This record gives sequence, structure tokens and C-alpha cells, in this order.
Amino acid sequence: MSEPETLTVDVNGFPTRVWRRGSGPKIGFLAGFGGLPRWVPFLDELARTRTVIVPSVPGFPGGDRGHTVLDTHLDWLLAVHALLEKSDLLGADLVGSSVGGSLAAEMAALWPQSVRKLALIAPFGLFQDNDPPTDPWAQRGDAVPGLMCADPEVWKVLKTPPEGANSIEWPIEQTRAAEAAARIFWPLGNTRIEKRLHLIVAPTLLLWGEQDQVMPRSYAEIFAKGIAGPTQIKVIPGAGHLAELDKPADVAQAILSFTG
Amino acid sequence: MKLMWFHLMPYTELPEDFREANPSVWVDIHSSLFDPKRAHLMYNDFMDELEYAAQCGFDAICVNEHHSNGYGLMPSPNLIASSLARRTTDTAICVMGNSLALYNPPTRVAEEFAMIDVISGGRLIAGFPVGTPMDTCYAYGTNPSQLRQRYMEAHDLVVRAWTEKDTFAFNGRFNQQRYVNIWPRPIQQPHPPIWVPGGGSVETWHWCAEMDYVYCYLSYYGYKAGRATMDGFWAEMDRLGKDRNPYQAGFLQFIGVGESRSHAMELYAEAAEYFYGRCLHVDPKWATPPGYTSEGSQRAGIESQVKKAADSNVRGKSTGERFASVAREMEAIVDNGYVIVGSANDVAEQLREVATNLNVGHLMLLLQYGNMSKDLTRYNTRMFAEHVAPQLKDLHSQWEDRWWPQPMAASERAEIAPFTPRLAAE
Repeated sequence: MSEPETLTVDVNGFPTRVWRRGSGPKIGFLAGFGGLPRWVPFLDELARTRTVIVPSVPGFPGGDRGHTVLDTHLDWLLAVHALLEKSDLLGADLVGSSVGGSLAAEMAALWPQSVRKLALIAPFGLFQDNDPPTDPWAQRGDAVPGLMCADPEVWKVLKTPPEGANSIEWPIEQTRAAEAAARIFWPLGNTRIEKRLHLIVAPTLLLWGEQDQVMPRSYAEIFAKGIAGPTQIKVIPGAGHLAELDKPADVAQAILSFTG
Repeated sequence: MKLMWFHLMPYTELPEDFREANPSVWVDIHSSLFDPKRAHLMYNDFMDELEYAAQCGFDAICVNEHHSNGYGLMPSPNLIASSLARRTTDTAICVMGNSLALYNPPTRVAEEFAMIDVISGGRLIAGFPVGTPMDTCYAYGTNPSQLRQRYMEAHDLVVRAWTEKDTFAFNGRFNQQRYVNIWPRPIQQPHPPIWVPGGGSVETWHWCAEMDYVYCYLSYYGYKAGRATMDGFWAEMDRLGKDRNPYQAGFLQFIGVGESRSHAMELYAEAAEYFYGRCLHVDPKWATPPGYTSEGSQRAGIESQVKKAADSNVRGKSTGERFASVAREMEAIVDNGYVIVGSANDVAEQLREVATNLNVGHLMLLLQYGNMSKDLTRYNTRMFAEHVAPQLKDLHSQWEDRWWPQPMAASERAEIAPFTPRLAAE
């Protein structure tokens, strides 16, 4: 696997990493819980036929401490929109997973022109009293890998420091990613996105890992019902919450055939 | 030397198999374990004990704030403090404290503390903890990524509310109030002494040093584990060129006084094992909300683990790891220094060492802990007051305690009518 091209853009004064790889029509990806401390096979799958652009969400790996100046949900949405603009993603197809899925949906809701087609993988943003999501921030450390991925090893590999990584800064960066997610979604994950779903006119694919232990599958229907544009729901067998990590080829295939 | 009597107010009837049958004493402890009628007796015993400590001549009585917690029945320490203000006369009242970020608006703290200060005639010590992860992020749902910033802003607001003479607008990042003008205003000027309990965070050392506040380390793990934290505070004070005035520090220590060491071991084993076994049974999943520990402190913790520094046992570990590795048998509890037990002379000798080595002028003493009975608590309290305290009073006498309450003169203070409920009923 060769390295992607790495650009740095400025978001609210914080240097923010943007990965870019492949050729063809552009497609953006906003990462899920824990972010992307390294390039992953899922992105290679998309890059076979597309120009994949991966901006780091503030506070996530590559996003520096950009989360620290974002206090309100409006602050977050403006920051992510600026990030899409600076990554040259406005008007492109957009994929978001988990935490990033919620932000991708918000982009399509508030700036309909900014997203051509939308793919959401088990997005955050809802909380149903009778079917609550799992609290990802109240977990014993050893429970997190199995909560995020159907195959815990996939998460462990993602989070293992690569050779030469700074052994002090690496774990701090991983904690920062969980903190940034908490800053947006604490304590319930409920951003009242339900009220804005009707603003989404982009055709939307909803993907859910069959073994997702964080986001209830029933939320796919709530998203599908709320979104004004045409929607499709697809369940990915053998995948957990971060389905794109567990089943990179299947998830990429579903997205590529949906976006056309 | 100031000797302060601290109560956590633990629920004293957690079942014997509590540890095995329940995931946690904190956050999701089951309501079926709480019997309000038993708690009625506990609260009243605990308040008697605090009042008894005041009668015995302790310099202060201390209360603190916890939420959804089986070993801390004071979600509102201010309620207890206001009652103590009426039932004691000269003892300082230390509320250790109010977790500032949990109050909305935070001017509530300025108001309630001012009330206690006014009712007590100026005897309040105002403690400002950030609060534990369990209390703040989980039980109260505060965003861990904003907790410290909210705490700092609330501090600024409370101090301004106490000190500004005219109504002002507070235009904060998290709090906006158009008209801030608290009534009542505190007796102590410019405001009651501010004490800050910390957990070894580098930023808190720095902040207390800069602000001239008392830094307190309220650990349940005693003087051996506390050494590195207090050393860290004094190193920061040195770095900033500040006096090593021991009265700028406070330290919590569990104590059991008996006729002899073996007598004390026997007397206090049950209560200590109850505390370290049942009360500190906290599910580690509640211990590490991301963002609660600042990146500076994470860095210091990882570095100390890497270096295998002496304090890595405490500071390198997360709260959860600390809970998991706690000693729960009396021998180990005492060997580790969690509880100091012995004859009055033994205890006095050890505490002199602790107060000297840690350079601490305010010792906060837990003489009730776990399921300790009222009788044993009174015995421990009296033994300490009569036989230990006199051996410690002279310590640090060359220093001035600039952080102690300045109450009204006794002659100016209200006369409190004796408590005679029977007369009222007749």
C-alpha cells in the first residue's frame, strides 16, 4: 500500500490533515469514532475508481486540537463545512461513518448543494429512549475493540502505534479522538438531528454493520423516514459498528455502486 | 498546625457481598440498597459526629460533594454546612467543596457560600473541586471535554460575584448573565478563603500557586502515595519562587487511635476493610471519560510510567486502575499507609512526619470511615483530640496561616438559642 498524498489545510487556526488518493470523480470520507490514525484498506478500495479525499475532523487524528474551540453544535458544523470547502469536496459524493456519519448528514441538510450523494455508516445523532445506543465513553478499556468492530483485532491494529511513532503522543492522540467525539455528542449522542433530516435531498445510502453493538439498527429506518431524498438501507454481514474497517471491500462496493 | 475533622458520610449498611453482587458503588449503585429510614439515622449520627468533633476542639469540620455515591451521601454539602453553622460556634466550616461546573448558573455557589459565611459569622472555607469523573461527567452529564474550561470560567464568575460592588454583566464562553448581583455578600473580605482539592494534575499545581490558593490532596491512599503529588506541588511553588508556607497545602489522612497498635488494628479493621473493600468498589468504566484528564497530565502520567518513577503507582495510572489495585485487607491497608493506626503517641509521631515531609499545615483527618459505629467514631475523635492533637499543635508555628477564615469577633456574633425541641413541643 503506497502512502496517500497528504495536504494540510487551516481550520480555525489549526493545521488539519487531508489525505488524497486515486483518480476519477471525487468522494469524501469523514471517519468514525476514534478517527483514522493511519490509512486503511477501505480507502484503497474507494481509490480504485475514485479520487478519495479524507479530511480529518477537528480533534481526530490529523485534526490537531481543533475541537477545543468548538463549543456549540453550530461551531462544529461550520468547522466541518469549512473543512469540506478547503478539501475541495463541495458538491462531491460524501461518506461518513459513525461520528463522521452524523456530520456528513448535517452537511447535506444545511448545505444541500454541497453533497451530491450521501452514504452514512451507522451515524450518530439519535437517541431513542426505548432503544438507546451503547455509551461508547463508559467502557472498560478492554471492551472498546469488540464494541467498535466485529473483529476486535481490526480495531487493535488500527490503534497500535506504527514503528517510529512517538510513544507518548500516540496514546494521547487516540484519547483526543474519543474526547472530540464526546465534545460533540456527550452524553447521549443526541444532537436532535432528527429535526434536520427533512432538509436532506441528496440520495442517501444507509449502511449498518449486522453486528453493530453501538447504534441500534432501528435507527436506519428513522434516518430513512426523515430524509427527504431517496434512501436505501443495506446491512453489511460480518461487520460491527465501524463496518468500513471490518468489511472494507463490501462497504466500498456498496458505496461505489450506489454513487455510480 | 491545623487539624480538621472530615466526614464523607458513607452509607454504612452496604451488604457483605456488595463487591461480588454489584458492579459499582458509584453512578449506577442500585436504589434497592438505600433504605431512607436507615439513612435518616445515619445522617443524624453523622451530623452529631461533626458537631462532636467541633466540641472536642478540632480547628474545622469538613464536608464534601458526591453524587450517586454509596460512600458519600452529600450531593449538597451546603445543606449540612448550614446546619453545622447553627450548631457550632467557633469551629471553621470547610466545604470541600462545590464542583463549580455543575451549578447552573454558577452564581448559585457564590450565593450559597455567602449564606453559609453570613450565617456562621465568617467561618467558611470555600472549596472548589473540579469533581470526580463519576460525579461530574457521568452522574451529572457534564461534557468531559468542556469540564475544566467551565470550571475555570465558573471560578471567575463566583469570585467576581463576591467582590464586585456593582451589578455587572458576565459575558462568558459558557455562562452569560445580564445582571449579576448576589445577595447576601460574604462576611469575609474580599471573600472566604479558597481551597482547591486536586488529584495531581500539573495545571492545578500551577494554578493554585499562581492564585495563592490552598492546594489539597484528598486521596484515600495515604501519605506514602501522596508524597509524589505534594512534592509536585512544592516543586511548582519553588519554580515560581513562592514561599514554602505549609499552610498553602492540605492533605487527607485516615486515622485510627487506640491504646496500642494491636488494639487499634483490632478496633478499626472492620471499618477500614468496609471502606476499601465495599466503598471503593468502583467500576473502572466510570473512571476515564475522555478529556477529563488534561493532555498535560496525561503526558506527565505516561512519562512517569515510562521512567518508572516512584509516583507511577498513583499518577501514571487511571482512576480505574487505581481502584482495581487497592489493598483491601487491614494489614495491607496499614502497610500501604492508607490508614495510620496506633496508640496516640504512634499516631502523633507518624503525623508529625507526614506533615513535615509533605510540608502540610492543614491535615484533614478521617476519623469516621466505612461502617464505623458512632461510639467508635466518638472514641477515635476524643482520643485524637485529647492525646494526639496536643502533640501536633506547635508544628509549623513559625508560619502564618493566611488561608484560614477570619470570622466576626465572638462578641458581635448572634447568640444561638439552645436547642430544646421538647419545650417547643410542649
